Amino acid sequence: MKKLLKNGYMFLIFAFLYAPVVVLIIFSFNDAKSRAVWGGFTLDWYRKLFQNSDILSALRVTLIIALLSALISTFVAAITCLGLQSMKRRLRGVIMQVTYIPNVSPDLVTGISLMLLFFFIGLKTGFPTLLMAHIAFNIPYAILSISPKFKQLDKNIYEAALDLGCKPHQAIIKVILPEIMPGIVTALILTFTLSIDDFVISYFTAGNQISTLAITIYSMARKSVNPQINALSALMFVTVLILLIIVNIRSGKDSKVKVGTRGGDK
Amino acid sequence: MRMQKLAAPYIIWMAVFTIAPLLLVAFYAFSAYDAAGNLYFTLQGFRSIFSTESTVALDFLGLSSIWHVDLQVPIYINVFAKSLSLALVSTLICLVAGYPAAYILAQRSKAKKGSSFLLFLFVLPMWMNALLRTYAWLALLEPNGIINSFIGIFGLGPVQFLYNDFGIGLGMVYNYLPFMVLPIHSVLLKIDRSVVEAAEDLGANKKQTFLKVIFPLSLPGIFSGINMVFMPAMTTFLIPDLLGGGRYLLIGNAIERQFMVSRDYTVGSALSILLLVFVLASMRVLTKYEEDNAGGGVLG
Repeated sequence: MKKLLKNGYMFLIFAFLYAPVVVLIIFSFNDAKSRAVWGGFTLDWYRKLFQNSDILSALRVTLIIALLSALISTFVAAITCLGLQSMKRRLRGVIMQVTYIPNVSPDLVTGISLMLLFFFIGLKTGFPTLLMAHIAFNIPYAILSISPKFKQLDKNIYEAALDLGCKPHQAIIKVILPEIMPGIVTALILTFTLSIDDFVISYFTAGNQISTLAITIYSMARKSVNPQINALSALMFVTVLILLIIVNIRSGKDSKVKVGTRGGDK
Repeated sequence: MRMQKLAAPYIIWMAVFTIAPLLLVAFYAFSAYDAAGNLYFTLQGFRSIFSTESTVALDFLGLSSIWHVDLQVPIYINVFAKSLSLALVSTLICLVAGYPAAYILAQRSKAKKGSSFLLFLFVLPMWMNALLRTYAWLALLEPNGIINSFIGIFGLGPVQFLYNDFGIGLGMVYNYLPFMVLPIHSVLLKIDRSVVEAAEDLGANKKQTFLKVIFPLSLPGIFSGINMVFMPAMTTFLIPDLLGGGRYLLIGNAIERQFMVSRDYTVGSALSILLLVFVLASMRVLTKYEEDNAGGGVLG
């Protein structure tokens, strides 16, 4: 009886969590004008989606921004971690504290504060500002993915490489880089995913000339319910899902970064 | 290794992209542009928030709508109170619905020694974009949506689910429930089995063991869960915007509109500063409780 109660409760919770997502995906294949009645299977909405030039250009922007911001923020993070670990404990602590600020302050505030920054220095919002904003919110996550690898690193192997005749840059590339590689790959996938997933910060920093997928969906959804969004959601859900499963398997093995505990409207 | 210099670019980046923007919000809260485009100091932003020229009845936890108490306050104070009461109620629902779920999940995880597949399934929807998750409810709840068509078969409805407290509260609970369950789950998981056994050996029944041992030990998880639900619920602009049909004003979309529609950076920044101070202060209080309880120990 008690077990039945528990199972029943969990069933209700899971139904609550999954029903909207499942319904959303099912209705992306619905061949009917009504949004509530099943009218047979169709791929029409997917076809229309791939002919929708607004969505295609937003997709292009989203992917380019995600790729660039992932590469740049991971590169900066790796170099920063290299510098941080030879730094005095106190100073490193202060830097890590400030690094956490974007993680704890609400996205809304991060978004508008970056918008004000670009406005203040007279930068017109567009592709460059969007990219900078994405790098800005990605770097902390990249640092948090890579820095545990440095903690595990044996301090002596760098010295050993130098003793054996490596130049400093060779020692970094041939000895340290392979050691921290798992952290770097995790950082790349994580930042790429976070960038695709972001709406709030992009919304404030993209301006009205360009648009990411999330912004396009937002403006479509504000007008009305549209099966094309369902189709797009299904595709995005599956994409983000695959990426995150990879990250989670990796981070389960390699580092302590917990994916999915990121709060707010991402 | 002497490579401190490698961190220098990031330190500069951090100063420009983390610290400067926050200082700018504070700066714009006290500044405005004159006709010639020059900045000048002003308290106009805060004055218009607290202005008593146009007031409405305070709607906090149903004060005006349910209890019919007519307490006149400035419009923005009411928006703030309304956001606060929705965030509080949603956080409470997340706690009440989430605690048993966290408890059951923890039992399952313990039985399987480590994380279970059930937990993985639980976090899965959280990885979907919040925008899409919220949109999914829009399709379900709209007047000619799926739920209304379903209850229409029985001759009921249509019920207005959207554009009111119900729809927005539902959106918040749906989006943030996992943020409540996860921290409670991980605290419950860490509770030493021998402490529970000791309580049972000393004659406590199941109910007593839960109330006097397990629940107090899980308080840190509860506080961090409240923290993680309350903050996004208080600051969201997406949920009231989509599920409120753009007619429903909470503090999040009040700020969004100041920046994106009326382009009044002074009032927008002033509102943001107030919101940020409020959210950080409540986080601080909760974190303090969390630490106090974590340090309290079993015998405390």
